[in-house]
Amino acid sequence: MSSIAVVRELPPGVHPEPTSFWRKYIFSLDHKVIGKQYLFYALFMLVIGGLLATLVRWQLAWPGRPIAFMGKLAPEGMPNGQMLPEFYNSLFTMHATIMIFFAIMPILIGAFGNFVVPLQIGARDMAFPTLNMFSFWTAVPGAVLILWSFFVTGGAAQSGWTSYAPLSAVQPKGQTLWLLALLVLGISSLLTAVNFITTVLNLRAPGLTFFRLPLTVWALFVTAVLLLLALPVLSGAMIMLLFDRVLGTTFFLPKGLIISGQPLTNAGGGQALLWQHLFWFFGHPEVYIMILPAMGITSEILPVFSRKPIFGYRAMAYSILGIAGLGWIVWGHHMFQSGMNPILGTTFMISTMVIAVPSAIKVFNWLGTLWGGTIHFTTPMLNAIGFVSMFVIGGLSGIFMASTPVDIYIHDTYFIVGHIHYVLFGGSLFGAFAGLYFWYPKMFGRKMSERWGRVHFAITFITFNCVFFPMHFLGMRGMQRRIYDYSQYAHLKGLQPMNQFMTISLFVLGVGQVILVLNFFLSMRRGQPAGDNPWRSNTLEWQTSSPPPHENFHDIPTVYRGPYEYSAPERGADDHWPQNEPPSGRPVTAHG
Amino acid sequence: MASIAPRGRVLRVASGVLGAAAVPSLASALPFWLRLPENVATFGSKIDGLFYLILWITGSIFVLVEALLLFFLFRYRHREGRRAHYTHGSNRLEVIWTIVPAVICVILALLSRRSWAEIKQNMPRGAMHVEVIGEQFSWNIRYPGPDGKLGTPDDLVTLNQLHFPVGRPLVVELHSKDVIHSFFLPEFRVKQDAVPGMTTRIWLEATRVGHWEIACAELCGLGHFRMKGFVTVETPEEFERWLAEQAKENAS
Ligand SMILES: [Cu+2]
Ligand SMILES: [Cu+2]
Repeated sequence: MSSIAVVRELPPGVHPEPTSFWRKYIFSLDHKVIGKQYLFYALFMLVIGGLLATLVRWQLAWPGRPIAFMGKLAPEGMPNGQMLPEFYNSLFTMHATIMIFFAIMPILIGAFGNFVVPLQIGARDMAFPTLNMFSFWTAVPGAVLILWSFFVTGGAAQSGWTSYAPLSAVQPKGQTLWLLALLVLGISSLLTAVNFITTVLNLRAPGLTFFRLPLTVWALFVTAVLLLLALPVLSGAMIMLLFDRVLGTTFFLPKGLIISGQPLTNAGGGQALLWQHLFWFFGHPEVYIMILPAMGITSEILPVFSRKPIFGYRAMAYSILGIAGLGWIVWGHHMFQSGMNPILGTTFMISTMVIAVPSAIKVFNWLGTLWGGTIHFTTPMLNAIGFVSMFVIGGLSGIFMASTPVDIYIHDTYFIVGHIHYVLFGGSLFGAFAGLYFWYPKMFGRKMSERWGRVHFAITFITFNCVFFPMHFLGMRGMQRRIYDYSQYAHLKGLQPMNQFMTISLFVLGVGQVILVLNFFLSMRRGQPAGDNPWRSNTLEWQTSSPPPHENFHDIPTVYRGPYEYSAPERGADDHWPQNEPPSGRPVTAHG
Repeated sequence: MASIAPRGRVLRVASGVLGAAAVPSLASALPFWLRLPENVATFGSKIDGLFYLILWITGSIFVLVEALLLFFLFRYRHREGRRAHYTHGSNRLEVIWTIVPAVICVILALLSRRSWAEIKQNMPRGAMHVEVIGEQFSWNIRYPGPDGKLGTPDDLVTLNQLHFPVGRPLVVELHSKDVIHSFFLPEFRVKQDAVPGMTTRIWLEATRVGHWEIACAELCGLGHFRMKGFVTVETPEEFERWLAEQAKENAS
């Protein structure tokens, strides 16, 4: 199967793999190459976003203490190494923007989505390979624009990742670049969404009905639908804000604004809250866009390493649909204290409480999957378990802010920052790590080091909790988010030791990620050869070589059963049962 | 496996020592961190009560779920010769763990609804009214003058100084000159955005006299962190005296 030297006979209708460097590695149409491109892109941006976070946390631990080398690196924002408040505002704005749009989304959807979906559904590629290449090469200028914005006069955007108007309408030039970067990236995501939806609808292998789909595919399919419907709303709002900034329109600018003592002559007729409604109509589904794929990955990994079918497959699929449906009617929970009619607040509270239910169903089904299994603690499994245990915290802390009266107190405090990091780091990123360790052998033909993977997981898991759990405590003391110097306030004076503990933990967390980076790159050459199916997994991507040939499968496989038939009694000693294995005898698709 | 055993022992000892040091210090610190700061608003105990109720409920679910998770991980770890239990789930369990969380969440929503209506929906009668106008980066506070009405020429304006008497509700009408700010009085459990082009309202009533601070809770620009004001709650007589002083200062 993995003999390389022989010239393979291509199945009819399949193009041969391009031989030129440019078409093979740079402007590739192959979903597997594009997936890896997104992976490198996302990991690079993850490092940038992480470095920005360490600067933010430095200021919080030692307000005003200079960092000598930063005085040379960012002389405008940190003259003599001392951070200016506007630079601090840029740092947390760009940290969140880069992590959300340029790291988490590309790694979950761009990298794993692209690499895994066609393989798991038994397709040769995405439905529109050229469009797929175009998507990636549209995401690149988006990243260039957002990084470039650090170097324009006035610095990068500084009105938060939520960019509330009118503040965002009157900020320096960096905000315009922020808008352009996200608009460009939006085109990329939109095209990816169309491509995923078409691919899953049309290119599934014979026999692969919707209820035989791996839950990763379910999650990514629904994520693509959410992207398709939510992103245009954000793009529309951002175009309006861009017009307010450069063309003199007043979509978000009410009458009589006086900015730094100067009346804003063009203001009038606009609505400040309109931005928030449009932003969060996108923004809440966006949270699910970032968590659903990680839920899918977790649902994929738990059965494999428990050697047991997923508990409640249909409940898992329906709860994905439930989250996706309810996700459209909860956006107002970000606006309870915004001046929105309080009666509306009550309706949004009820819908928000209800949306907790499908997430609870998922957690219980994951527990049910572990129950009675034979659990192998491999690195993908450790990270998937990390996902489950941390997502529980992120989900439960959400109940506090769903309750409108409690939200009065904790809104815009560190309680919210803690919550979102338990969902996006504890959730999405542990899901991404799990996926990385799980599919790395399929991507590169070799396994990552299990031992270093375990060390990386232990360090990440412990320090993650040391950084983010105390955020809930800070929020309970009333510490506002996005605040450059909390020592100004009497009620926050005593919080410095806790902040220092969190920052030092973050340094350890950051150093721990060096292990991942080294493991990632060194294992490409030195890792243990993986073989086709190192985890003895059932889904179709493991029923071809590692890495798969250009056309993925010599013959398109036929699917006979669901994806998680582990330890079926009729299989005797064999505890796996590939989806494409005919009811009796050998798989018909293998070639070699 | 044998080669990593000594290292495993070192790790275990190290984590044991660390754990032994961390557990008592954590346990002694928790009662402080799990408490909300002092509350001095009449409705604040309702917010705190809901907070603690949710803390108890989510805390119990958290302990239950994580304990179950750890137990399963230990109990069902892979051992030679044991086979996984082949099952696709249980409809009865699905129904139970759909309905139970749904019921808990709906009850929490109903309990919250009442306090929310009381705090944000209905303004109390017989309250004193002030107007607070946020601007980058200060709070302008406008009191009714001798005529007792806001928006008349005899109004008094102070910068960052909010005084009001104890024992009488205060209605704050919020505006903003420029961008969105958020009027946050942590000890009063009050937070309400001040939005340009709109009037938003919040009320509060102090349970005792004292001095506190106003914070801005919505990012409003580079000076957001220092957009601080001061609250003074005093007896009605002290308040009247202070107001008269301000009127004299304004007139001169
Ligand atoms: Cu939301
Ligand atoms: Cu402000």
